[in-house]
Order: sequence, then structure tokens, then C-alpha cells
Amino acid sequence: MRPITYSRATDPQSAVATVSADPTSDYLAGGTTEIDLLRQYVLQPRRLVDINALPLAGIESTPEGGLRIGATTRMSDAAAAPEVRERFPMLSEALEKGASPQLRHMASLGGNLLQRVRCSYFRDPLAPCNKREPDSGCSALTGHSRDHAVLGTSEHCIAAHPSDAAVALTALDASVHTLGPGGERTYPLDDFFLLPGDSPHREHPMAHGELITAVEVPPTPVARRSLYLKVRDRASYEFALVSVAAALSVVDGRIADIRVALGGAATKPWRARRVEDFLVGEVAERRAFAQAAQVELAEARPTPMNAFKVELAQRALVRALGTLAEGTGLEDGSPA
Amino acid sequence: MSADDQALTRRGTVLEERGPGPVRVALPVNGTEHAVEIEPRVSLLDALREHLQLTGAKKGCDQGTCGACTVWVDGRRVLSCLTLAVACEGREVTTIEGLAEDGALHGMQQAFIAEDAFQCGYCTPGQIMSAVALLEEGRTGDEEIKEGMSGNLCRCAAYPNIRAAVRSVRDRA
Ligand SMILES: Cc1cc2nc3c(=O)[nH]c(=O)nc-3n(C[C@H](O)[C@H](O)[C@H](O)COP(=O)(O)OP(=O)(O)OC[C@H]3O[C@@H](n4cnc5c(N)ncnc54)[C@H](O)[C@@H]3O)c2cc1C
Ligand code: FES
Ligand code: FES
Repeated sequence: MRPITYSRATDPQSAVATVSADPTSDYLAGGTTEIDLLRQYVLQPRRLVDINALPLAGIESTPEGGLRIGATTRMSDAAAAPEVRERFPMLSEALEKGASPQLRHMASLGGNLLQRVRCSYFRDPLAPCNKREPDSGCSALTGHSRDHAVLGTSEHCIAAHPSDAAVALTALDASVHTLGPGGERTYPLDDFFLLPGDSPHREHPMAHGELITAVEVPPTPVARRSLYLKVRDRASYEFALVSVAAALSVVDGRIADIRVALGGAATKPWRARRVEDFLVGEVAERRAFAQAAQVELAEARPTPMNAFKVELAQRALVRALGTLAEGTGLEDGSPA
Repeated sequence: MSADDQALTRRGTVLEERGPGPVRVALPVNGTEHAVEIEPRVSLLDALREHLQLTGAKKGCDQGTCGACTVWVDGRRVLSCLTLAVACEGREVTTIEGLAEDGALHGMQQAFIAEDAFQCGYCTPGQIMSAVALLEEGRTGDEEIKEGMSGNLCRCAAYPNIRAAVRSVRDRA
């Protein structure tokens, strides 16, 4: 591991001033991505600015009935918070199904959104990778791609976005609040994560040194009946092959409101708007769910190694929506 | 701190930088305050093992995937391989060496022996630090024990006996 210097930030303004002024510096939150990748020589900051002493942890209800979750709130604390569990079960479940208990005590929500892809070529500083080193090529296109994305890919990068929490937050229309040298900004989550296109090294629109201060989840009554389904190679402590964050409200047998996002299968947390558009007003039944899932995956571009994800994603969508529909007894969509 | 350093830590100004060479770090471990001279890049795991000769916490993967390095920071189980020692200043670190009281093994340590919950023993300090914390977190159902111990891998696959040890401590409580 390369030598680094360390600074502990005591107020957000100084943290932003320090990192903004120094392109060789990075923020340090839980360190579960940053230290890992520093040790692999994938990230090469010269200086780390520790933001854990900043007053950015905690969960507050907003006047409108949503939540504002501070950037350094730990995954375990956010998952266990009663207001998250009651109002946004899909978010609590997504957090709880990520990583391990030890990692969830360390990892922050802000860091979770900015975690880096698990593509083995990205993690290997000797392998060509457009995300790590622009214009060096994408090794996964012709190499091992079983874990890679089938949606939102480009000929420059097919790495899947690894975060579980971001999938639930995308389904919930959450937004990211930041502080930069120029002041505060807010990004809707769907605009925050960028598709790889021809610049896979650009993953979000923030400037260097811009600090995530909080994630805001708007009031979303339909989310009271929601879930996060995570399909993976082992039962726990594993990234998703495919995951689904879904919320459903059924009134008189018909779908009144629906939120769906896909994880593990796409290059960014994937809002399944085609599923949503297809299903609003439809009868909540398996056949409709399967048709909607097929529409969403119609544009999938799999490799021979990850072609199974196209079918798996559809089945996961049907299972998630079917589970939620069963709970409604198909006639009353009011929250349980 | 000199007047210059203080000016550097005023609101909105650039922060003081420590390192990259060795810096003096005050590390409270198992109730005793230690002072170590380490570079900021040194992990908590290496500081414990190489500088304080507390070799209970083990290095399995050094990348957060195995749990052999599990210790507590401020009472919460964390991975010491992905934690910087310098970031633990002012926080209380507890390792497996701090678990016994007055020479008597902790109940979880006794249960691991009674249930034959290890073979080579390499993962055991991490398993035990994780297991004690798990019960303190209130995750006491059989399924919760299974899921809550999933962050600690065991190459010898002693899992059934590890779970039996954790359950036996739960049932005694
Ligand atoms: C073995 C293992 C398994 C895992 N499994 C899963 C899983 O199943 N699901 C899942 O979702 N995740 C998983 N993760 C990833 C883990 O959730 C992330 O590493 C973690 O959430 C990152 O948060 P952190 O606070 O540790 O971030 P750090 O590592 O401290 O930071 C990550 C990045 O974000 C930047 N940063 C951090 N906070 C801010 C901020 N407030 N503003 C601006 N920049 C910031 C840092 O500079 C750094 O570049 C796993 C990780 C490991 C090691
Ligand atoms: S050594 Fe820390 S998790 Fe493996
Ligand atoms: S006892 Fe050998 S690794 Fe667990």
C-alpha cells in the first residue's frame, strides 16, 4: 500500500476546502471501499480526509413525511431505524442484505452510493479497464463477464453497479444532497448515477471535493408495502446476481401505484420504468408481471457468460411483484 | 498544536496533514492507552499485531471478505483490516485478548471449547468477537445467529459447532 497522509475533518467546510484544493486527496468514511482499493493500488490518493467526526450521522423526518439520512449514518443504523423499517421496508432490507454485519457497522450511506464496481478487471491494476484507466480497453468484453451487467452497458464498460441500497433508493426517487466549494446542491438519484457510455470513468456528476451530506427519501405511501429481493450465489455475504426493489399498491384487484428498480443486472441502479408504465391500472396477476418483465429486459445486451441474468431478472421481477400482490389479497391495497 | 496549525483548522480552511512518515498515535486497547509510532497507512490489524504484539486478531484476506480480523471499536464489531489505526484515536478498541476477566475465559470462549467449535483455530478469535457482539446486538433467534455470523468464514467449516456454541451461550443467558 502506498504511503498516505491523514487529516481528521472537524467541520464540513474545511473538509470541502481541503479536498477541493487537492486533486490527490480523497474522503475517508467507513473505508470499506477506499482502504480496500488503496491496498490493491486501484485508488492512489496521496491524502485521506476522515469525515467520520463531522456531524453528518443521523436520521430525521422531513416536514413532508419523508426522511433525511445523514451521509455518515452507518448501514446497520439506517437498516435498524424504526422509521426506515416501517415507512421504507425495501430500503431497510436492501441495507440489511448488503455485505456483512461487521462491514455494515463501518460502511456509511454516502460511501455506499460511491462504492466502486466489483469487476475483477477494475480491481486488478494490471488489467486494461476503461473505468480505472480511460482508453485502456475493457477486459470483461472478451473475458470473464458472468457477474456483469446486461442493461445499460456500452462497448466501453459492462460492469454492474454493486450497491443494494442504491437500488431501493432509486425506486424511492431519493435525492443526494451535497456541499461543494460553490455551495449546496441536490441531485435526483436517477441523474446521480451515470451510464458508462464512452466515459465509464465518470460515475456521477459531482466535482472532486464535493461532499455528500445526506440522502433524502420523499414520502412514498406505496413503499410501506415493499420488499427487496436479492438473488446471489450464496445465501449471505455476497453481491447480487440480480436484485429487485419493489413496492405495490393494489386497489380493487388493479395496480394503483407501483415502484420497481433492478440491481446486479445493470450498469447503474436501474429504475424499471417500463415495468411500472406497463402495470399501472392492470390486474395484479402473474401473467401481467411476466409480460412487464419481458418488456423491461427486451433491450438487454448479455454476453454468453451472463445471458442467464436476462431470464433470472425476469423471474425475480415476477417473484417480487407476486409476493407483494399475494399480501394484498388482490383486493385491498392499503398498507398492512 | 502551534498557532499556525490552529489557523489551518479554522472553518473552511485547509486541514492539518499528518504523515506520510510515522506519527504518534494514542490507541486505547482493552482498557489501556498505548502510544504507537506508525505511518497513517497502517491498518488497525497491523498496529495490533505488529506494534502491540496482540496477535489474537488474524489476517485472513486483508480485504474485508473473511472476518478473521474482527475486533470491536467503541463496542461494535468491525473489520480491523479495513480500519486505519490512526482513525481509531480517541475510540476504544477491544480485541480477543481483552475478553477474559481476571484470568477466567469469557463464556463464549468456554462454549467454543465445550462445543468443539474449531479445528485449526485461525478464524476463532474473529468468530468469538463476532459472536459476543451478535448476542449483544439482540440477534438471538436461530436464524439470526446463522445470518449474523455470516461475516465470519471458517475454512475448516466448523459452522455447525460454531452455531451450537453461540446458541448455548444464548440459552444460558
Ligand atoms: C467483502 C465486501 C462485501 C460487500 N458486499 C456488499 C453488498 O453485498 N452490497 C452492497 O451494497 N455493498 C457491499 N459492499 C460494499 C460496501 O457496502 C461499501 O464498501 C460501503 O458501503 C462503502 O461505504 P464506506 O463508508 O466504507 O465508504 P469509503 O470506503 O469510506 O468511501 C467510498 C468512496 O466514497 C467516497 N466518499 C465516502 N463518503 C463520502 C461523502 N460523504 N461524500 C463524498 N465522497 C464520499 C470516498 O472518498 C471513497 O472514494 C461490500 C464490501 C466488501 C468489502
Ligand atoms: S482479514 Fe479482515 S476480513 Fe479478512
Ligand atoms: S477453525 Fe480453521 S478456519 Fe475456522
